[in-house]
Parts: sequence; structure tokens; C-alpha cells
Amino acid sequence: MTEAVAVGAARPAIARTRRRRVSFRAVFGITVLLAIGASALLAPRLAPWDPARQMLLKRLRPPAWEARGLREHTLGTDHLGRDILSRILHGGRISLLVGLSAVALAAGLGVTLGLCAGFFGGRTDAIIMRIVDVFLAIPYILLAMGVVFALGPSLLNVILVMGATRWVQFARIVRADVLSIREREFVTGARARGNRSGRLLLRHVLPNALTPIIVVATLELAFMIIYESALSFLGLGVQPSTPTWGWMLSDGRNYIATAWWLATFPGLAIMLTVLAVNLLGDWLRDTLDPRLKI
Amino acid sequence: MTPGPLLEVQDLAKRFEVGGSWLGRHRRVIRAVDGISFSLEAGETLGLVGESGCGKSTTGRLILRLIEPSAGRIRLEGRDLLGLPARELWAARRRMQIVFQDPYGSLNPRMRVGQIIAEPLAIYHDADAPARRRRVSELLELVGLDPAFALRYPHELSGGQRQRIGIAAALALDPALIVADEPVSALDVSVQAQVLNLLMDLRRRLGLTYLFISHDLHVVLHMSDRVAVMYLGEIVELGPRDAIHHAPRHPYTRVLLSAVPVADRTLRRERIVPAGEVASPLALPSGCRFHPRCPFVIDRCRVEAPALREVGAGHRAACHLI
Amino acid sequence: MPPLLQVEDLVTEFRTATGPLRAVDRVSFTVDRGEVLGLVGESGCGKSVTSLSIMRLVPPPGRITAGRILLDGEDLLVKDAEAMRQVRGARIGMVFQEPMTSLNPVFSIGDQIASAALAHSGGGRAAAWERAVEMLHQVQVPAPRERVRDYPHQLSGGLRQRAMLALALISGPRLLIADEPTTALDVTIQAQILDLLRRLQAERGMAVLMITHDLGVVAELCHRVAVIYAGRIVELAPVERIFARPLHPYTRGLLRCLPHPRRFGQPLHSIEGAPPDSRRPSAGCRFAPRCPHAIESCRRDEPALEAREPGHLVACPVTT
Repeated sequence: MTEAVAVGAARPAIARTRRRRVSFRAVFGITVLLAIGASALLAPRLAPWDPARQMLLKRLRPPAWEARGLREHTLGTDHLGRDILSRILHGGRISLLVGLSAVALAAGLGVTLGLCAGFFGGRTDAIIMRIVDVFLAIPYILLAMGVVFALGPSLLNVILVMGATRWVQFARIVRADVLSIREREFVTGARARGNRSGRLLLRHVLPNALTPIIVVATLELAFMIIYESALSFLGLGVQPSTPTWGWMLSDGRNYIATAWWLATFPGLAIMLTVLAVNLLGDWLRDTLDPRLKI
Repeated sequence: MTPGPLLEVQDLAKRFEVGGSWLGRHRRVIRAVDGISFSLEAGETLGLVGESGCGKSTTGRLILRLIEPSAGRIRLEGRDLLGLPARELWAARRRMQIVFQDPYGSLNPRMRVGQIIAEPLAIYHDADAPARRRRVSELLELVGLDPAFALRYPHELSGGQRQRIGIAAALALDPALIVADEPVSALDVSVQAQVLNLLMDLRRRLGLTYLFISHDLHVVLHMSDRVAVMYLGEIVELGPRDAIHHAPRHPYTRVLLSAVPVADRTLRRERIVPAGEVASPLALPSGCRFHPRCPFVIDRCRVEAPALREVGAGHRAACHLI
Repeated sequence: MPPLLQVEDLVTEFRTATGPLRAVDRVSFTVDRGEVLGLVGESGCGKSVTSLSIMRLVPPPGRITAGRILLDGEDLLVKDAEAMRQVRGARIGMVFQEPMTSLNPVFSIGDQIASAALAHSGGGRAAAWERAVEMLHQVQVPAPRERVRDYPHQLSGGLRQRAMLALALISGPRLLIADEPTTALDVTIQAQILDLLRRLQAERGMAVLMITHDLGVVAELCHRVAVIYAGRIVELAPVERIFARPLHPYTRGLLRCLPHPRRFGQPLHSIEGAPPDSRRPSAGCRFAPRCPHAIESCRRDEPALEAREPGHLVACPVTT
């Protein structure tokens, strides 16, 4: 078997060229996200003030570098004298928590239904896709409004509503990918070697559908943050006492002309987070795809 | 060991429906496999050869019930495969495995080589983790690869190496029958020889039975004890390798033999240049399916489909002219 | 009379992230008027890149970096883009492996063939159309007057390949480059196409550069054969000599690893190892790591392609 060993030890004919160029997008996205994540986690430690504490004597103070600003309130105070910086840090916790949970819910629901629709085809596929069509036809804000009116505004309900309306994005993408994956020979081979449908889906199909799922998840995270802000802005979000970026935007609406800092900083926070997540998603899509393409 | 052939196929058929509206009108039927019968004795290699659209690959998958047959009977080791409930079919899969054509698509790119090979052992609870690892090493060596390959991913390997892994995975459960569906067609000639030699070697050492499917007539003649020639879903000739090679009776077989280019200018061969195109399975000719292209066609051929008839020991052909 | 095509020391490189890849490494050969030269080798050996180089159709990041390509004495490598356009089609025709991607799917085959005719010889639209029909007839497309209006997807593989041939030959090129023209076809159709090529070649006195991995096709069609390995020609000889007395160990290996009608059932000879990584060319003979006859000097000195006998060139000092 010397020939065999020679074959085994020979350099594989396919050489993989690993590109070691570091992507600015990736670095920026990851750094910003890490910073936001860290500050969200450590908000109770980092925030100089209790975000709910009203200090009416210091209401509507501009940021520290402005003329009337106070050093102890870096980003100024709102109309009830609450420290903007602290509210942004704590608000970040909520926004990220809600965003991540909603994405998890949407992904869980959407990926499962997409897998089933794509893999089993036929009736199952038809039914699921009709449901998807229904969800796509209804504007999600209206849907959200309806649900929140019915169930009442709370953190949990907001997450549920967002997850239950955005699952369709995952379902469609996953179904499309599964339709092509299930035709590939390694799936047939796995079936021949004893995999039954459940195991096939979980061990063979799903891992190969991960790329689009990850990419959609990062993009949906960005979307969820804006979605939550929109809901809060419309008064449909979580309770007004808990500061979320959306609520702060909504509150600050009335003071745009006189106290621009109330709305601007939460807006910037949203924008920065969404930008970072989008860049990360772009980069993920670029790196993951070619490697999986054989 | 149950007496009788390892595999018996009777009137196996598969129909696909295409096109047409939701309500079922104007749906056309493709008879990809249209009533074929053959048997395989333990230890022998039956070659299945034909051009595109003849149904040979579909046949391979039908036998393993990777596609559900529309009609017919399949008996593996005396057991009727088509009547089996799901659980027993799952158990029966241990005895029959498949090797595919495409070395790039037939292995899960997300799994390491060792995981791919060990998976069937885990599914059938054949061995615990340490025993599985040993078996994986054993199988890798059996197919001529260094056991260290177990840690690699498929995309790190060449086409020939991936084919060997496909073979190793098929051997994991110690099957009796292996359906080899164009196992070397996507490989370079020099690698092809390595893999063919490997398959021959394994057959001898492990007492395997092969259904060897290929469009390459020389490869089929090289590997097989008996050969079945397929055209548009039917077997048109079936016989021992030497009979098919030196005394083909069906015109299509003769056309095939004549058409294959040989890398040897000294070989004398019958020269028949075939006419027309490979017919579409959507529009089957009347009578004998080969009649529009047959150099020896007579009137009867256009009207009446010939049946498979004995023309020699274990040799049958479906033609009116014999 | 000088050869129709002379390729001299052609070098074609691809720029990659890990350095230049020499797909064609100082390849030289000639094609006489009216002869069929086969260029045979396995995947990755550089045969397709050679044919694309001759047509100056090498896709970036590939570039021809050295050598001369003389067509009727004129160096193609110094011509400008417009001149090369005139050469392609009118003087060199090309047929590829996969007609579905080389024929434009949104035009009928008649349109495409007629356009080619007009591009190279002028005349009116109606005349060009007639010529297209006539050409389809010559490539044995049944009912050419009806078929000429068909779109590529309406044709079978064999008919598409015939349409490709018609397109390549309409302007009467003296040289046809055929890159694996039958590889994707069923074997009975392949036989028809090879037969057609033989006929057309003889009738028109056309030279053909036939690129293939299939030694059987070479035996059927070619007058002379060049065997390529890792971007270099290792043997070049008339076709009978290549089969009767192959001299290079790679050629011998290739021939011996094919299933042969006289030896069905016997274990095949195989060539150890795998083709080399062209990104890191080793010193000495490229085939040495896999060669059963390799000696010390083989790993040091790159063997030159020399005439062992008149007309039979080999790049191996060892075999006899």
C-alpha cells in the first residue's frame, strides 16, 4: 500500500488561499458593537446618575461644552432634569435587550418554518408560504399597534410583537437556501447512511444554511433597534418610565428647536449602533460565503 | 445467508410528472425508468450503461429507495424493500450503500472527514466513540488515505481524495451492496485509474457486490462481470461482459461500442455512425424506442416494441432482428 | 511552406495573491496547413489557457508575458485590438466545450451566424442569412431552413455544438481551435461530431488545434499530438508513434491507466501522486516526483524538448 500512503501524504491538490487582509468595516463594526455592548452591560456602574432621577432645578441644561452646560451632566439634561448620558446608557440596555430577544424570536420561528417549508415542500410549503404572504401584506406597524392595544404595552409584548412580525424575513431566506441544499448529493448520501428527516434537517441542512441566517440576523438586529424606537416613538413601546432610545426621541421631539440635545444624542446612538451592525453584517456575508463555496 | 440472488428487481418503474397547471391538466409524464428487471448475485458486478436520459442513475436511487418507485418489486437478500415500514427500511439501509459522481457535492462541507465517515456508525449505535474513531482510521487506511485525514474538511482535499472518502463512508456499515453512480466520471484519467483499482481491490477483499453505473462504456466493461445496456428507460440488452463486448446483439449496443473512441489505432472495430439525436423521454417513439436512430430498422420496429429474448447463455436482447 | 501556426516559447501567467502562476510555461509547437494537432493533458495542465492565448482571449488576471504566436508569419501578439478582432472569426475559428454558455441565449442561431458572416465579409442581410442556412446544412443540422430560427435552448446538445461549428466556420477560417468540443456530449453524439469534424477538415483543408483530455478522441481525429503536463509540452509526435511507442513516462502512464478493450478486468496502471501546484514550481522536471524512472539529475535540471527521432520530440533524457 505504498502508493496509498504516498497519495495520502501528498500535498492536497487544492490549495486554499487564505486572505489575511483585515477589513476596516469589520474592525469598526466589531469595536463599536463591543463598546456599546460593554456600556450597556456596565450601565449601572458607568452611568453617573440614576436615569429616573428628576432634578428639576437643573432641567434643560445643554451639554457640558456649551455655555450654560454643567460639568456633571456631560450630555445635558432633559425637561425633567434627568441626565441624558445616563439615560442613553440605560436606554442602550433596553434597546439591545429588546433587539436581541426579538431577533432570537424571529430567527427561531422563521428558521424553523423556513426549514420545514423548503425541505418538505408540497402541502407544508404551500401553507407556510401563504402564511408568509399574509404577514408580508400587512404593514408591520399596524400589526404592532393592533397587538399592543390588545395586550397592553410591556417589554415582553414589544419583543413578542417584533419577533412575530419579522420572522418572515428569515423564513423566506432559509426556504430559498434549503431548496437548493436539499438537492445536493451529500444530503442524499446522508439519507442513504441512515439519517432520517429530522436529523437530516438539523445536522446536514441547517449548518449549511447558516450563512444567510447569520447575515439576516445582523441586519435584523439593526432593524429591530429602529423598529423598537419607532414603536416607542409612537407611544406603543415599553412603559414611559423606562428610558429607551425611541422614547427619548419621542420626548425630545417637542424640544428640537430649543433643546436639540434631547433628541439628537439618542438619535446618534441609534445611528451608530445600526451602522456598526450593518457593517458587521456586510463583512460577515463577504467572509462566510466564499469559504463555503466549494 | 439467504439463498438466491442478493438483489432482485422486477418491472421497476418510475414516472415523473412535469409541467401542467395546478389542477392537474396538461401534465406530461416522463417514464424515466419503464419496467426493468434484473438480478445480482452476491459478489458480482453488474454494469449499467447508457447515455443521458436512459434512466440508469434513477435506477440506482430507486433500488436504495432514495427515490420512491412508481411500480415494481425490489428484493434485497430475499426481503421485499418496497413493502417495508419506515423503521425496517431504515434498518435495511445498512446493507445497501451508494457512492456518487461528484466529489465536490457529495460530502457535507461543514463536517470533518472523520465525522462524515463515523456518522452512520453513531446513528446505528454500532460502536462507542473510541471504537468509532478506530473504525474511521481503519476505513481511511482501507481506501488508501492517511488516518490523519479524519481531521480535515472536504474542501482541503483533491477530487480523488474526496471520492475515496465517499467510498469509506459507504463502507462504514459493512454493506453487502454498493451502488456506484458514475464514481469516476468527474475525475482526471490518472486519478480515475487509482479509484477504479481501489474499487476492484475492495470488491475482492470485502466480497462486495456492485451495481456499477456509468456512461463510459469502457469503464463499465472493465469493471463488470455482466452488463445491462439502457436506452430511454428500458434495458435493451443484458449479458456477460465478454458477450456484450464481442458479440453484441442489440443495434444500440453495437452503436455504442462503435462510438466510443479508443486510444489505440491498431484496434479493428465495427464502424457505425449513429443517426439522429438521443430522443427525449417526453416524446417516446412508437414501437421500438430506438427505431428512429437504428441503422437496421425495418417496418415492424416502428409498430411493435420488441421484448427481451434469450440470445445466448444469460444473454438477452430486445430486438426484432435476432 | 511555413506552418500556418507557429507558437514559440509562449508564457502565460496569472497574478494571484500568492504570486504569479505560470499556466503556460514556454510552450512551442506548430500546426501545418490542413493538419490536426491534438493538445492533450489532464485538468489544470494549461491546454485551455494555451488556446485562449492564441486567440488572445485570456481572462484577467491572466497575461501573456512572453513568446510569439505567428499566424501565416504574422505575430498575433503585436496586433492591436481591432486587428485581432479581424483575425478572430475570419482567420481563426473557435469552438468551446459548453455551447450553452458560448452561444448568446437571446438571439437565434441564424442571427448569430449571419452576424458573424456580415462582420467579416459584408454583403446584405439576406445574403448572410442564406449563408447561415447553407452553413447549417454543411454541419448536418436537419431541416436547416426551419432550424435557423431556433434559439440555443431549443436545441439539443449535439445540435448546439453543430451550430457552434457553423458559427466558427462561416467566415472560412484556415485554423479551427476546438477546446474540448465533445466532452459534454453523449458518446453517440460525440461520434457524430468527430465524424463531422473529420469531414469538414478534409473538405476545407482546414487546420485544427484539438484540445482534449481524451486520448481516444486524439486517436480518432489527430495527425500529430502534443502532450502537456504542468504547463509544458513533454512529448510531441505523430499520432501513430505516440500510441505505438510513447517515450515520455507521463505519456506512457496516461496510456496505461486507461481501460483497454484487450485488457478489461485487469488492474490498471496508475500514476502515483497528484499534479504539481503551479504556484510553486520546483526545480528540474515537473513530472519527477511521480516518475518511476526519475534519477538524481531529473530533480535538478529541467529537461529540454528534443527530437529523439525526426518528428518525435520528448522532454526526457532517461527513457528510450
